[in-house]
Amino acid sequence: MTWLLAAPLLIPFAAAVAALLAPRVGVPPRLVSLIGSVLHLGAALALGERVLRDGVIAEGMGGWAPPVGIVLVADPFSALMLLAAAGLGLAVAVFALADIDPRREAAGWHALFQLLLAGASGAFLTGDLFNLYVWFEVMLIASFGMMTVGGSKAELDAGVKYVALNLVATVAFLAAIGLVHGVAGTLTLADLPGRIDAALAADPAVAPALGAAALLLLTALGAKAGLFPLFFWLPASYHAPSAATTAIFAALLTKAGVYAMIRVFTLVFPDGPALDVLAPFAIATMVLGVIGAAAQKEVNRILAFHIVSQIGYVALGLAIGSALALAGAILYLLHNIVVKANLILLAGVARRLTGSHHLSRAGGLYLVAPGLSALFVVAAFAMAGVPPLSGFWGKLALIRAGLEAEDWAAVAAVLGVGLFTLYSMTKIWLQGWLAPHGEGRTRPLAALPRGARIAFVAPTAALTVVTLGLGLFPDAPFRAASAAAEGLLDPAPYVAAVMGAPPDTALAAAGGTAP
Amino acid sequence: MEWVFALLAGVLAASGVYLMLARHLLQVVFGITLISGAASVVVFVSGRLSAVAPALVPTGAEAPPAGAANPLPQALVLTAIVIGFGLAAFALALTVAAHRRLGTADPEAMREAEPRAPETPPAEPPAAERPAFEPPREAAE
Repeated sequence: MTWLLAAPLLIPFAAAVAALLAPRVGVPPRLVSLIGSVLHLGAALALGERVLRDGVIAEGMGGWAPPVGIVLVADPFSALMLLAAAGLGLAVAVFALADIDPRREAAGWHALFQLLLAGASGAFLTGDLFNLYVWFEVMLIASFGMMTVGGSKAELDAGVKYVALNLVATVAFLAAIGLVHGVAGTLTLADLPGRIDAALAADPAVAPALGAAALLLLTALGAKAGLFPLFFWLPASYHAPSAATTAIFAALLTKAGVYAMIRVFTLVFPDGPALDVLAPFAIATMVLGVIGAAAQKEVNRILAFHIVSQIGYVALGLAIGSALALAGAILYLLHNIVVKANLILLAGVARRLTGSHHLSRAGGLYLVAPGLSALFVVAAFAMAGVPPLSGFWGKLALIRAGLEAEDWAAVAAVLGVGLFTLYSMTKIWLQGWLAPHGEGRTRPLAALPRGARIAFVAPTAALTVVTLGLGLFPDAPFRAASAAAEGLLDPAPYVAAVMGAPPDTALAAAGGTAP
Repeated sequence: MEWVFALLAGVLAASGVYLMLARHLLQVVFGITLISGAASVVVFVSGRLSAVAPALVPTGAEAPPAGAANPLPQALVLTAIVIGFGLAAFALALTVAAHRRLGTADPEAMREAEPRAPETPPAEPPAAERPAFEPPREAAE
């Protein structure tokens, strides 16, 4: 049991260490990373199957029972997120075989990549607020390295902004944790709701401290997720590194932020000042992201702005807060992890063929690479939410939830932003793929070495198939997302799974966390 | 006693923000370090201050004596300090690398990733080529 929950953490950590040591025995780190990602996906599948069968499972690590020890918890939501992260991890690991040049590989890109996977898995599985902070740090330091490991001017410049703004968000996170601990005397997520209620009943004067903690948490996680007005670091930096780097960032980093936001604000602060202010910020995020994208003329910058816009959808689902809205948000989150990373990978391949991300100096791909173009069309229109592709169902659920809640601004935002997304995707398709190359220099896919061709096409094709599957057979994904949303709205099974475990040690019974 | 620590956290945070507004990367890094110090103080104080007994478990006992200081915030702060140390080291290394490669330590003049006029393809020399803020000698080493 313990191993099932710990394996998704141990495997990438082991792979990271092995990838660092591999060059000494003549093994290329990229192969170690590939094997690690295969095992990681296997562990995530095993855990997902177990959660499907048994519901929420939890385990105190190191033999310490909660609330003293740190708990790992897998409920339907975290299992789904872990599965998506592991799947994307494998796709990007394959893509990176050809995308990451020898210099970056020698500098440890693959080890950092596995570290990032470990950090994301930890953030999805942990049941402890401070531990969540630590996993965010693991992700952060790995992403710092991946962002700047190439050492080019653009990467370093982007890295400076990315590092500075993320460090400030991290500090806000830490201060919020301090305030929460001061009031509740515990940091175990499942223990917090009860302790907070008890603290409020004992002394209503702690309410302002809790409000401040909730708002600080919203600020910190909002900055990590890329919510308005704290998203500036994202378009400033995400376009600079290689396609594999940006794809895994888009799939994991902002998504872990929004995952933590959903987890904290459904479980710990289900009502309070933070959720009341979230809706306008979510809508502003959607609108500004998509408008920012419309102004850009380089594919990678357009896609970076769209990451911001689409985080807004998920936050909007959280702000509406009904079961349908949360299910829609989770479905959209899963779809977005797959499709957004796929688009970034495809843009990376396109750049190798046309020589530029700039739309005026790209094009002609439809003529020389029709298969790749088909992959791009499916992903781009899934992103825009064209039925029956995958983005459509999440948006449909969000719109229905908005109508039921009579939140007309939310409905208008979902519909209008979808239209602008379609505009951006059409722009990339027309200028970047369909129109002839501005300087007539598009190389065919066959110009790439055979190994690189397979490494580029296999993961993007697989992700496109997943997109089609999510779109054409939405029943099973929607049921999984609904189960995850129900688990969020009724945390009783989650709390019981964590806190119901019999105490292992005498210290646990002594209540070592009492302030 | 709490007010001393509250004041300390406030002063640290204010100084950190002031430094972060400077147009020199090194000062920005120092500012972040000060702010994270303020956060550590907040975590520490939020565990209640007491001057009764240290959070040590006597031989043979399984828990610290009643009234002992709360050990958890100390453990949290220690973890946060270690993490903050690593991040600060990385930020400093990045500052040095950026200064070497970009020839400036003024974040405002770093325009490689975001050129001033996004329409122009990056072929023309970026605005960062202007003589920028003169960095101190330590950062240049």
